[in-house]
Amino acid sequence: MDLRDLYQDIILDHGRSPRNFRALAAPSHFAHGHNPLCGDKVTIFLRLEGDRIVEVSFEGKGCAISTASASLMTEVVLNKTLAEAEALFGHFHGTVTGGGGDLPDALAEEGERLQPLTGVKAYPTRVKCATLAWHTLEAAVKGGGLPVPVKTE
Amino acid sequence: MTLLLEDRAASRPDGAAFDPMAVRRQFPIFGRNPGLTFLDTAASAQKPRAVIDGMAEFYRTDYANVHRGVYGLSARSTARFEAARETVARFLNATDASEIVFVRGATEGINLVAQSWGPAFLRPGDQVVVSELEHHSNIVPWQMLRQRLGIELVVAPIGADGALDLVAFQGLLGPRTRLVAMTHLANVTGHVVAVEAVVRLAHAHGALVLLDGCQAVPRLPVDVRALDCDFYVFSGHKCYGPTGIGVLYAKRALLDAMPPWQGGGDMIRTVSFAETTYQDAPQRFEAGTPDIAGAIGLALALDFMDGLGRAAIRDHEAALTRYAEALLTEIPGVGLVAAGGSRLGALSFLVDGIHPHDLATIFDQHDVAVRAGHHCAQPLMDRLDLPATARASFGVYSTEADVERLAEAIRAAQKLFGVAAR
Ligand SMILES: Cc1ncc(COP(=O)(O)O)c(C=O)c1O
Repeated sequence: MDLRDLYQDIILDHGRSPRNFRALAAPSHFAHGHNPLCGDKVTIFLRLEGDRIVEVSFEGKGCAISTASASLMTEVVLNKTLAEAEALFGHFHGTVTGGGGDLPDALAEEGERLQPLTGVKAYPTRVKCATLAWHTLEAAVKGGGLPVPVKTE
Repeated sequence: MTLLLEDRAASRPDGAAFDPMAVRRQFPIFGRNPGLTFLDTAASAQKPRAVIDGMAEFYRTDYANVHRGVYGLSARSTARFEAARETVARFLNATDASEIVFVRGATEGINLVAQSWGPAFLRPGDQVVVSELEHHSNIVPWQMLRQRLGIELVVAPIGADGALDLVAFQGLLGPRTRLVAMTHLANVTGHVVAVEAVVRLAHAHGALVLLDGCQAVPRLPVDVRALDCDFYVFSGHKCYGPTGIGVLYAKRALLDAMPPWQGGGDMIRTVSFAETTYQDAPQRFEAGTPDIAGAIGLALALDFMDGLGRAAIRDHEAALTRYAEALLTEIPGVGLVAAGGSRLGALSFLVDGIHPHDLATIFDQHDVAVRAGHHCAQPLMDRLDLPATARASFGVYSTEADVERLAEAIRAAQKLFGVAAR
């Protein structure tokens, strides 16, 4: 196993300089995610217009994998509908846990952008790091701003 | 038995420094995992052949339930089990074997004291003092007691140097202090707490002292009579013994005054539906069939440590700790979590620009096993304002080569992440 499959340049880059790393002034939804096993913490902020994500950002402290995953996630879900975001999560989750999960052609490009993260599937103890932001996004949508427990794998 | 001869080959009863490579050969795990650099002994120690084979041999030759049968085999098993208690008593220099209660581990030992001694001796408003260095197992049982009894939990701080602040500690002691429950050696930082002073100050205020010896027993000679502590707990699996067994030492007068905490077989004298009378300590606190083989395995582990010489073990751990401090701080971008100038056997470190979790994954690729995370001490991590650390910890089988491989792995991680590598 080559560590470079896990720590690809794009992961290291997003881990070092995460995009959309700030709080939103007026989020319509947000949630805190916490991985008690390693202490990683992330807060996801969303502003929805109808069912479309028009603003998304995050804050938190975590490893390169969880930071890069949150950063890439904010990039790919921006301007997507909740259904599209859910499809992306389903696909990503399936890929890293070995379940598969098809993606509609319209989202193929976004799926491609998440590809560098799928190296975690060879590192079972790190899968949670990659999915924490996604679980927290889901919790933010479901909870509508109330604190919700975030489930990880 | 070749096994015993081998044990002797590596041991130096005179307490001189021993040969860690010879010690290492007594741990089959390293033979089966030749490339392994195991630096997570503080989580659990590997097992020497004397323990693994000795327990199997006990099952083969002397095993039956204890304290029950009149037949010879049961008597033999009981004798081995009670001899294990004697071994523990000698190991800790307790006054008597009846001061040794077998429990599942340190966690259960602390819970036993909280649930038996607590309600019998604590009133609302009474205070239990812990420190910021504690493992969750020495925090949560007291919080549960606070919930149940309305006692107060007081937290003694550490100073900027990572040492328990003895002046602040003294200032917290008062007429309501009933118990000080404190770690002997901090599992996150390796800080050796000045427990002699803690006991002296606590006793001066009429408070009892419970020491959590999980990390101290494998690394330091421990003499409960010299310490004059009231309770001492440790886990077998951290001092080269099996999982599922641990020890609560308590002064005999305390055990005599404490009510049972679990009911069942073995702990009773007579039972009728109208009334039950209980055994004396320690049996009163050991309801049900105990971990018989576990106790025997623990005694074998303690004998193993005595064979190596406990002063020699301490010196070995100290020398490796100094070597690791020197080697790691030499690497630009590496910082150690402060341990009050008395670090022994474990060290937490941080590498600029690399999260401990990423470090642990990269180390794993080099077959270097360290722990990354909060180490079951979240309040301490909050106090240090760190989400996580990487921790390396040593055992009798650890060598300078292990430390060198750790340093190499840190450099490799820095290279991969493009930070501060030389
Ligand atoms: C200082 C300290 N106390 C208590 C414990 C709990 O030990 P156990 O899980 O064996 O009961 C540990 C284990 O990590 C420890 O390091």
